[in-house]
Amino acid sequence: MTNAWTDIKNTDLVVVMGGNAAEAHPCGFKWVTEAKAHRGARLIVVDPRYTRTASVADFYAPIRQGSDIAFLMGVIRWCMENDKVQWEYTKAFTNAAYIVKEGFGYQDGLFTGYDPEKRDYDRTSWDYEIDEDGYAVTDPTLQHPRCVWNLLKQHVDVYTPEMVERICGTPKEKFLKVAQMIGECSSPTKTMTSMYALGWTQHSHGAQNIRGMAMLQLILGNIGVRGGGMNALRGHSNIQGLTDLGLMSHLLTGYLNMPTEKETDFETYMKSRQFKPLRPGQTSYWQNYRKFMVSFQKAMWGDAATAGNDWAYDYIPKLDVPSYDVLRMFELMNDGRVNGYICQGFNPVLAFPNRGKIVAGLSKLKFLVTMDPLETETARFWENHGEFNDVDTKSIQTEVIQLPTTCFAEEEGSLTNSGRWLQWHWAAGTPPGEAQHDTWIMAQIFLRMRELYRKEGGAFPDPILNLSWEYHDPTEPEPEELAKEINGRALRDLTDPNDPSKVLVPAGKQVVNFSQLRDDGSTMSGCWIYSGCFNEAGNNMARRDNHDPDETGAYLGWTFAWPLNRRTLYNRASCDTQGRPWDPSRKLLEWDGAKWTGYDVPDIAPNAKPEEVGPFIMNQEGVSRLFARGMMRDGPFPAHMEPFESPVPNVFNPKMRGNPVARIFQNDVAQFGTSEEFPYAATSYRLTEHFHYWTKHNRVNAALQPEFFVELSEELAAEKGITPGGWVRVWSKRGSVKAKAVVTKRIRPLHCDGRVVHVIGIPLHWGFVGAAKKGFGPNSLSPFVGEANIETPGYKAFLVNIEPSTAPAGVVA
Amino acid sequence: MAGTSLAAMGFGEAEAAVAAHVRPMKLANTTETRNTCPYCSVACGVIIYAKGDVRKGERADIVHIEGDADHPTNLGTLCPKGAALKDFVHAPTRLQYPMVRRPGSDKFERVSWDAALDRIARLMKDDRDANFLASNQEGTAVNRWTTTGMLAASATTNETAWCTFKVAKALGIVGFDNQARV
Repeated sequence: MTNAWTDIKNTDLVVVMGGNAAEAHPCGFKWVTEAKAHRGARLIVVDPRYTRTASVADFYAPIRQGSDIAFLMGVIRWCMENDKVQWEYTKAFTNAAYIVKEGFGYQDGLFTGYDPEKRDYDRTSWDYEIDEDGYAVTDPTLQHPRCVWNLLKQHVDVYTPEMVERICGTPKEKFLKVAQMIGECSSPTKTMTSMYALGWTQHSHGAQNIRGMAMLQLILGNIGVRGGGMNALRGHSNIQGLTDLGLMSHLLTGYLNMPTEKETDFETYMKSRQFKPLRPGQTSYWQNYRKFMVSFQKAMWGDAATAGNDWAYDYIPKLDVPSYDVLRMFELMNDGRVNGYICQGFNPVLAFPNRGKIVAGLSKLKFLVTMDPLETETARFWENHGEFNDVDTKSIQTEVIQLPTTCFAEEEGSLTNSGRWLQWHWAAGTPPGEAQHDTWIMAQIFLRMRELYRKEGGAFPDPILNLSWEYHDPTEPEPEELAKEINGRALRDLTDPNDPSKVLVPAGKQVVNFSQLRDDGSTMSGCWIYSGCFNEAGNNMARRDNHDPDETGAYLGWTFAWPLNRRTLYNRASCDTQGRPWDPSRKLLEWDGAKWTGYDVPDIAPNAKPEEVGPFIMNQEGVSRLFARGMMRDGPFPAHMEPFESPVPNVFNPKMRGNPVARIFQNDVAQFGTSEEFPYAATSYRLTEHFHYWTKHNRVNAALQPEFFVELSEELAAEKGITPGGWVRVWSKRGSVKAKAVVTKRIRPLHCDGRVVHVIGIPLHWGFVGAAKKGFGPNSLSPFVGEANIETPGYKAFLVNIEPSTAPAGVVA
Repeated sequence: MAGTSLAAMGFGEAEAAVAAHVRPMKLANTTETRNTCPYCSVACGVIIYAKGDVRKGERADIVHIEGDADHPTNLGTLCPKGAALKDFVHAPTRLQYPMVRRPGSDKFERVSWDAALDRIARLMKDDRDANFLASNQEGTAVNRWTTTGMLAASATTNETAWCTFKVAKALGIVGFDNQARV
């Protein structure tokens, strides 16, 4: 989230699209209710299903799943055509005026540079014209035909209300009503917030869905302001934290990247990360990359990381592919190229697509280690449960070691919420049986392996033998010790560069925040963006001052938000080019002539003059990007793409299937279905009473929504002879499930491009262990293909068939 | 209260009788601990009540969990998931002991932590030593281990995550992801 949950009360319009906050984030959604009750805010829901969020909306519009880009480009087109643009913001704070190189173009659903063999673009034409000083060329009058604004106007021109209806199935008058309500928020004194979740991310074009809304929010002037922003409603309690800390194949901590094998040494790695400003006087904060990277290496390997050995750059693995993401790992597993797998609090048998392929992959492993507080289907994937897990136990040669861990109530530490607040919590209970903390288990595995390497030697032991492990009790690092390491400290006295006799931070003391980190090996910090969380003032994540001066919703004394305790990202953009708040009644910051002051920590140097320094300091331009240059694999603007399994062809290019640059493994192509065989558009979601696969271990939640079901319209039920509450079989090219039918008015047939599209809703929760009845999940059916930029599997739009059926064997109907 | 009022009116014996039959408050003599709901990332504040104080080294049995009214986001409220957290803590399917399922077997067998951890370290080291790729065809140091992968848990703390990150990346594991990928 750019903003915080508590900030949603400041909004005038909430758009929930690609999410269902009332059901999936009920206590956060309360702030929408607050905004409606106390500000007169309105709520729009755009969703294939009439959800519980829709039931309290001021306006609901249906949409076919997977067609959001067309809808959003349609709204941008409508706003441009009807002068619903926050012009001063758009001109000053976006790259609307930047001139794009000659040669860039878009035709038949594809941008310039497409190579169908490689399924990739040559992105060299997707960039600015650069002048002789190395700066991007701009035309502040927006007259130049190749300025971003005019290219965008051209790009969205095709997304007329009629075209939106044709692609999305949203009736034209409903689309226009939404566009009109959104358009009102182009006023500097009206804001809209976007609340989205996996309904946008889990598509082969997920990142472009989000970009589409971000671009709309920028031209409306809604980023950086109270009650505005792009608010990703994240799933698990610390999914934000694990992303920030880089527990991903392609990441290191704090959004530093894993090196590739083409980056043969540290200087080569750094060379492409210099981030020189693209406009005069801009901050381009990533210029500090080297300080954060060297401090990270020092946190990992301490004294073994020296200037002489490239800060132990060789110790970090180098990638030969963009990532060894989960889809690639299970592909390799199926090929017999993975021997071992560790699942810490993760249940891939229910969480990853094409379950048949997942179970087949696990069956080829030599060993599987699971760490979890609860039983999981993954730990018992080898167990036969009839139709619910029909495996040949004897033939599965995988050795499985299941380790019991503590749960939240028995451990201490911080979790980062969706709004980037790092909140500390304390252990309350004694763990059951011999359950242990994950930190103890990881330490045990590490110490035992290190001992084996000390005794026996083996493959490149250096990064293991030299891993910094300076804990009071090496067998169980304490949460506070780890938090201090994340924050970082001085390794030598840090002196003032202007006065070397003055010591700013004595050796061994915590740095106050990342501004004190250095690239000469004199500081260490595990994760630079978290620096400030635990400094010499103490554990800032444990702060509990819940005062909120003038009720802005900022709560600066409550725990710690990254970066630097800032609550609203890009908050400098809440003021005009002179530094005056766009909306004085919703002030966040203002320029007092010498510095920025206000309710939040400024997202810019406190003395950066408003006319000179742009608010988007992480970008080389200092402004935000309506045109993403070559930074997205699938286009500098979002363009309509169909799901790989779609009930209708792509209207712009009927031969194009899915995202043209999404990675597909050869083995999966044969497992994509067509609309002839599988005529119905399926989608998946979670229910209010459930949290993924955990709550089925809990009798209260298992009883509240007891049985696996699928939802379908009355029209489709009538057509197929399906009775409410009766058993149905739903199957895709990859699998088959049996469920009770919920025949409902909440799902209505859509009319897209002259066809009737029936939607089938498939909730997730059920498996074969726990207190709940046995059942299936949508991942038995969903396809094995990821998002083109980040490889998030698509669960929201795929094809199935349905027929009346009987109960699974052994189940009393 | 009822008993005290009765006593004021001179019904002393009745007071004793009433007091004897008033159930003591369930949360009396419990330890209160601030915690965070582990489900979605609204991250509502919760208060956990336990018999015993784990920080004093005592055995602590959790008897109640409720919303934290001081928390700015949830102001004491909880959703149907958070309101039933106690049943997660005490679920009959909570794991208690390390178990192993041997190749081809149809059951888990209990093992000691030492046996489980020694076995894991051995399996991992043998696989790493056999398949670690120190350099590529060009002779560049690549130091990656692709034949063992790991999924990390995005409901663990940042501190656990950092500890896990250090071990996984130092070993050279590249097939390393968490729920954010999904």
